[in-house]
Amino acid sequence: MHNVGIIMRRELASYFATPLAYVFIVIFLLLANAFAFYLGSFYERGQADLDSLFGFLPWLFLFLIPALSMKLWAEERNSGSIELLMTQPVTLREAVLGKFLAAWIFTAFALALTFPLWLTVNYLGRPDNGAILAAYLGSLLLAGGFLAVGSCMSALTRSQVVAFILAVFACLLLLLAGFPLVLDAFRGWAPQPIVDAIASLSFLAHFDSIRKGVIDVRDLLYFAMLISLFLLATAIALDLRKAD
Amino acid sequence: MIKTEHLTKHYGALTAVEDVSFQVGPGEVLGFLGPNGAGKTTTMRMLAGFVTPTSGTASICGHDVESDPIAAKAALGYLPEGAPSYGEMTVRRFLAFIADLRGLEGARREARLKHVIEHLQLEGVLDQTIETLSKGFRRRVGLAQAIVHDPPVLILDEPTDGLDPNQKHEVRTLINDMARDKIIVISTHILEEVDAVCTRAIIISQGRIVADDSPAGLAARSRYHNAVSMQLEQPSQLSQARAAVAALPAVAQVEVSERDARLTALPRAGAPILPALSELAARTGLKLKELHLESGRLDEVFRTITS
Repeated sequence: MHNVGIIMRRELASYFATPLAYVFIVIFLLLANAFAFYLGSFYERGQADLDSLFGFLPWLFLFLIPALSMKLWAEERNSGSIELLMTQPVTLREAVLGKFLAAWIFTAFALALTFPLWLTVNYLGRPDNGAILAAYLGSLLLAGGFLAVGSCMSALTRSQVVAFILAVFACLLLLLAGFPLVLDAFRGWAPQPIVDAIASLSFLAHFDSIRKGVIDVRDLLYFAMLISLFLLATAIALDLRKAD
Repeated sequence: MIKTEHLTKHYGALTAVEDVSFQVGPGEVLGFLGPNGAGKTTTMRMLAGFVTPTSGTASICGHDVESDPIAAKAALGYLPEGAPSYGEMTVRRFLAFIADLRGLEGARREARLKHVIEHLQLEGVLDQTIETLSKGFRRRVGLAQAIVHDPPVLILDEPTDGLDPNQKHEVRTLINDMARDKIIVISTHILEEVDAVCTRAIIISQGRIVADDSPAGLAARSRYHNAVSMQLEQPSQLSQARAAVAALPAVAQVEVSERDARLTALPRAGAPILPALSELAARTGLKLKELHLESGRLDEVFRTITS
């Protein structure tokens, strides 16, 4: 576990050694605030809450998180540094976890920088800060889910662009798993329990239930399992194809 | 000790490495030779635990690379082909990162970092990012990370590729310095390097070992082994000299290079012909610029067994 920390710190430092971190944070904050004020009608709603932010966050994450996750492994593979990393005395699990955690912590940092919105609603009214905290937690879990999916897609290819497109597509499917758009593709031929199972995979359903301020163990478990599953898939994909 | 038994790697229908078995002990510097695509890098990657063998086994200091990979990797310093690293990191941070992964701590960590930085002359570029460095410096950073934990076994994939002659010399000196108490495997396609640093050479072609010998032993396989080469002062005497040399009973064949007025006499069955030739030169009054005994030409042996 010692190695997880070493790899995580190196990865985090590399975000800030390139323009990536700054560009990501600036664009994220610009879009998050623009969505909240314009599309989310922050003022017009006259409600002291952050629903106008959290309602759009999944869609913002859908494009920004894959942009962050695409480099996780595809870049290592493309530059050959994966050979350097995997011939150090570290396990694949430590490397996958270290890199994932770095990306997750970075996302948490970007998310935390939306705090002026929270200050604003507290200045304007008396929001339910418990619900806001829950929504932040839900957003973080959602970002973790997206990152794990993106990590897996990044492990499949040496092209960052391909990794990005695959990750957006996979995240979109998971986001919309509960909607007719995805379910109709299965309804015709799959038995009802399978359709129900797919519907229950929906990111959005679990995110929405946490966002309402109800922290259900099942929702937490869902995200924990989803993240574990995709990180495991990342490790398997790397193990099979790291030298290709 | 490095040990491989029947090491084999297939990529689909393609055979990269086939039934490679060898052992390397302390004090040996093994040169891995072969044409491009012969399987050198794949073999080294299997030893380093980066590529999983299709069949066969490999172990580093008794640790199997597949069943006990962490211990095997801990005993190993590895320079991958092309010396990849993290371009956005400074040399100082990169070496510190590797030292941390290698589990170096406290005073020993400082001492080892200082040692490799001094030895590979990296002081001047410590705070430069690796992507801004020249090829030679990048290679040295790669070598520094391979030896920072003072491993008993070193595997270096083309350590001098892309270096200028001075840098090549430095790297070879470094390898020779470390050779006494370490096991070193280097791959190269530069034959002079084998003479300069290796105690033993394995030639690999199309995934198979085709020769495993000392550099001198390999050179002895050359048809130029014990051949005598003489350079004449007067090119006009060339045809006369050629006839006289060819007439000697111990000489099997004579090769002539008009450009530098040089004759090379190949002996029959490795017999010593130097005395006979120097005597001939004295008797016939040939003026020689140079007369020397060849030990054999590695490039010729290499071509013969790999093509």
